[in-house]
Amino acid sequence: MEMEMGNSGLAVEKHVQYILSVEKRKDDFVSVVMEHLRLNGAYWGLTTLDLLGKIHAVDVDEVVSWIMACQHESGGFGGNIGHDPHILYTLSAVQVLALFDKIHILDIDKVTNYITKLQNEDGSFSGDMWGEVDTRFSYIAICCLSLLHRLDSINVEKAVDYIVSCKNMDGGFGCTPGGESHAGQIFCCVGALAITGSLDKVDKDLLGWWLCERQVKSGGLNGRPEKLPDVCYSWWVLSSLIMIDRVHWIDKEKLIKFILDCQDTENGGISDRPDDAVDVFHTYFGVAGLSLLEYPGVKPIDPAYALPTDVVNRIFFNG
Amino acid sequence: MHGRPRKPEKPENAAASAAKAEKLRLLQSQFLSNHHNRIYTKEALEANAKLLEINPEYYTAWNYRKLAVQHYVAEAGSDPQAIKSVYDEELRVVEAALRQNFKSYGAWHHRKWVLSMGHSSLDQELRLLDKLQQLDSRNFHAWNYRRFLAELLNRSVEDELMHTEDMIGINFSNYSAWHNRSMLLCKQLKENDTGLTSKDVLSNEYELVQNAIFTDPDDQSELIISRKQCQGKCPLYEYRGLNIDLKEFPVVLYFNQAVSGVRSSTVTVKSFNVTWKPLSPSNSLASEIWVAYLNLAGEECHFEGPITVEFCIGQSQGILSSSGSPYGKPLRVAFTVTKEPIRVQDVEGHNPEMVSWEDPNFCADEVDSGVLNSDVSFIKERKENKESTISEWQKDTISKEIAGFRDLLSIKDYKIGKLTLARLLMADDALSFPYGNRSVHSAEVLELLKDLTKSDPTHSRYYEEHISLVLLQQLTSSEEMLRRHLFYFKGANTSSFHKPLCLRLNNLSLSRLGLFNKLLGVQMLDLSNNELQSIEGLEAMQLLSCLNLSKNKLGSFTALEPLRHLKSLKVLNISDNEIGSHSIDTRRYLFSSPLSHNEAVVWDPDVVPSDAASPTNYWEAFMLFKSLKLTQLDTIGNAVDDGRFRSFLVKIMPSLLFLDGQKLV
Repeated sequence: MEMEMGNSGLAVEKHVQYILSVEKRKDDFVSVVMEHLRLNGAYWGLTTLDLLGKIHAVDVDEVVSWIMACQHESGGFGGNIGHDPHILYTLSAVQVLALFDKIHILDIDKVTNYITKLQNEDGSFSGDMWGEVDTRFSYIAICCLSLLHRLDSINVEKAVDYIVSCKNMDGGFGCTPGGESHAGQIFCCVGALAITGSLDKVDKDLLGWWLCERQVKSGGLNGRPEKLPDVCYSWWVLSSLIMIDRVHWIDKEKLIKFILDCQDTENGGISDRPDDAVDVFHTYFGVAGLSLLEYPGVKPIDPAYALPTDVVNRIFFNG
Repeated sequence: MHGRPRKPEKPENAAASAAKAEKLRLLQSQFLSNHHNRIYTKEALEANAKLLEINPEYYTAWNYRKLAVQHYVAEAGSDPQAIKSVYDEELRVVEAALRQNFKSYGAWHHRKWVLSMGHSSLDQELRLLDKLQQLDSRNFHAWNYRRFLAELLNRSVEDELMHTEDMIGINFSNYSAWHNRSMLLCKQLKENDTGLTSKDVLSNEYELVQNAIFTDPDDQSELIISRKQCQGKCPLYEYRGLNIDLKEFPVVLYFNQAVSGVRSSTVTVKSFNVTWKPLSPSNSLASEIWVAYLNLAGEECHFEGPITVEFCIGQSQGILSSSGSPYGKPLRVAFTVTKEPIRVQDVEGHNPEMVSWEDPNFCADEVDSGVLNSDVSFIKERKENKESTISEWQKDTISKEIAGFRDLLSIKDYKIGKLTLARLLMADDALSFPYGNRSVHSAEVLELLKDLTKSDPTHSRYYEEHISLVLLQQLTSSEEMLRRHLFYFKGANTSSFHKPLCLRLNNLSLSRLGLFNKLLGVQMLDLSNNELQSIEGLEAMQLLSCLNLSKNKLGSFTALEPLRHLKSLKVLNISDNEIGSHSIDTRRYLFSSPLSHNEAVVWDPDVVPSDAASPTNYWEAFMLFKSLKLTQLDTIGNAVDDGRFRSFLVKIMPSLLFLDGQKLV
C-alpha cells in the first residue's frame, strides 16, 4: 500500500503560533541579522495573521507605538528604532497601520513630503537620500501615497512613463531601463500601473505567457527562466497574473499543492522550498498565495496593495 | 532566507549560536551609537567594516560609510592621493561584503556611488565583474553593474554584443545574456550608425538563434527572445455602414496597435464636426479603437436619401503609436448612409416586448454575409517601395523559420518548438492576408494547439484561448461558415424596415473573443453557453443593442467593463454565470474605479447598502449599470442574485422594463 505523501491542508494554528513566537524573539542570530528589516517583518507577520483571521492575537498599542518610534524626523521610517529612513520601511509602516485602521494617527503631510522628495526628474524614485533608483521604489511610492489618498502629490504621468521605459521585449519589467525581467520587479511595475489605472500599457498576453511559464513540473513558480521554484514567487508571479487576468493560464491546483508542501506542519511556518528552513517572509507569501488561489479559510487579499481586501475596501469605498 | 535546509538546532550548537548572536548584536548597537554621534574614527570605521562583512544587508551601515567618506574627503582638501585612498578603501570594503553575499543591494549601490564620484580607477572593474559572473552568470546585480560600467567606460555596443556572445557561447541557456543582447541590438538599430540595415542585423540574429535552438530545443531562453520577431503587421480595418435606427451613427476606427493623437484635425470627416474618443478600458489617451458619433438628426443633415460620408486618416501629422512611430500614409475612406423617415403609425402605441433568444425568432433568409466584410469603397494610396521590401523580407524570414521548425519537430517532439511554429504560422497568415479574409495555416495551427493542450496540460487554458481565436478566424473568413451563424432577428418588437443583424455564436466552447474588427456591424450577439470569463474587446461593437452572455464563466461585474462603452445596449442576459462566487476578482484593476484612480464615484448611501455581505458587488454593479440605459436584464443563476440585490438593481436602473423575466411596474 502506498503512503499518501504531502500535507492534507493548511496548518493554520501552527503558523499563527510560529508568527507570534517570532514576534517575541529578538536575541537569536537570525533575529539579530534581520534587525534592520524588522518593520518589513512586522508587515509580513501581521498581514498573515489578518489573512488567517487572528490579527487580534497581538497587542495593537504595543505594535503601533513601536512603529511610530521607527519614524525619522524626515517623515520616513527606518527598519527598526534608530535605523536610517528608507522608502521600503515607510510603506510597511503605512501598511501595518492600515491593518489596524490607524492611518489617521500619522502626520500625513510629513510622510507624503518624505516620499514626494524622492521622485527624480525622469519620474523614477530613489529609495532614500543616497539615490539608489529601482522600480521597486516606484511601486512603493505609488502604493503608499495611494493608501494615504495623496497620489496627486507626485508626478504620476512621469512615474508611469519611467516604469514603461523599464518594459522589456518579453513583456516583463526590470529594475531600471534595460534591466532583465524578474517576477519581483514585474509585480512592482504591474502593481504601480494597476493603481494608477495604466494597465493598458502592459501587453497582457505577452507578459501573461512569460509569467505562466514560471510554473515548473513540481507545480511551484520560479522568478525567471531556468531558475528554481520558490514560494515567494507564488506571490510575485501570481498577483501579477491576477492583476492582468491571466491567472487561469497556470495550474492552480498544482501550485496549491506546492505551497502546502512547503509547510513545516510540526513547528509552523512556510519555507521557500519543501524541507527548507522556514521564515516569516515565506510564511506570508505562502499564505498570501493561497489567498489569491481562493483557498478556504484564508481571507481574500488585494493583489495590488498586498493587504486584505476588506482593509483596501475600507480605505477606498467608505468615505 | 533562501536555500537553508530545515533542521532543528542541535543543543551543542545552541551556545555557539547564542555567542555569535551576541557578538553581532554588540557590533550593531555600537555602530548605531557611533552613527548617531557622528563618530568617524579609524576604529569606528573598522568596526563598521567588520559589521558589513558579516551582515552586508545592514543598510544604515552603508549610509554611515558615505557620511564618513564625505567627512574624510573634506579633511583631505585638495590632495588627490589622499582622496583616492579614501575611495579605494570603500571599494575594498564592498568587495569583502560581496564575497559574503553577492546579491546585496547595499553593497552594489555603494560601489556605484563610489565610482560615480570619479576618483577611482575603472581598470579593475571589468575584471572583478568577469570573476563574479563566472560564479553566477544569472546574477542580475552583476548584469546591472555591467550596464552601469559600460556607460561609464563608454564601451561600444559592438564590444558589449561581443561579451554577450561569449556568455551565450559558454551557456546557451543564459537568459540574462540573451536579454542583454536584445537590449543592445535595439540600441544599435535605433542609433543606426553602423551602416547595417535592420534586415542585416536581424538576419544575423536569426542565424545565431537557429544555432542555439538546434543545440538545445527545449530551452526557453532563445525562443522567448526570437518570438519578438514573429509579430505580423495588419493594416487598419474599415467599417461598413448598415441600416440602423440611431440618431447618432458610430464610426469606429480599429488600429493594429494602440495609438494616440486621433483628433478632428488628424482624422477629418467631411461636412461633419466630430469628436474622436478612445475606447480604452482605463480612460487612457491611447487606444486601438477610436469612435466618433455622427449626428444624423442634426442640422447638418436635413436632406433625405443617401449621404456619402468621407473621411481621411492621417492627413496631418499627429497620430502616434506607443513607441512613437507616426501613422503612415494618409488613407481616405468613404461609405454611404441612407436616412429613411419613420412612419408615424409605427411609433404610436409602441409597446416594447421582451426580447427572447429562442430559435424561432431568428431568420436566416436574405442575410448577406458579405455585409460583414470589409469590402469598403475607398481610395487607396500606393505603398512606397521601401515598405513592401521589408514586408518581403519578413515573409521570407518567417518562411525559413517555419521550414526550420518543421524540420526540428520531425526529429523530436518539443513543446516550445510546437508553440513557436504555431505562432510563426499565424504570423505568416497575418502577413499574407492582412485583411484577415483568408488563412491557409488554420488547420495546422489547430492541430499543434490541440497537441499542446494534451502534452502540456498545465497551460491548457492558454492553448484553448488560442484555439478559440483560430476558430473565430476561420468562421469570419469563410462566407459559407459565417452564413451559418448570421441571422436577422424577427422578434415582435421589430418593424419591417428594421431587422437587427444577429450573430449567433452559442455553444462553441469559446474561451476567448477576438476579431472584433470583423464584427462591427453586428447588432445582436448570442454568446450563451460558452467558456468566457472575459469580454475584452467587445467595446468596439458600438452597434450592439442586445447581448446574451448567459451560461459562461463570468466571475464578477468588473468583467463587464467593456459594456460601459456600449451606448446602444438595451437588452443584457448575464444569467447562470459565476458573479458573486469568487473571493478574488481578477478584473478588479481592469475596471475603472477609485482603486485605480480613474473613476471617482458618488453614490447615495440609501441605495448602496454598506452592511451587505459583499458590498463590492453592489458598488461594481452601481458603477457598471448607471452608465447604461438597459430595458431588459437577466441575472438569475448568479450567487449575487437575491431579493435584496434585485430591489437594488431596480432602484438604480429607472429605464429597466424587464428583470429576470418579470415585467416591472
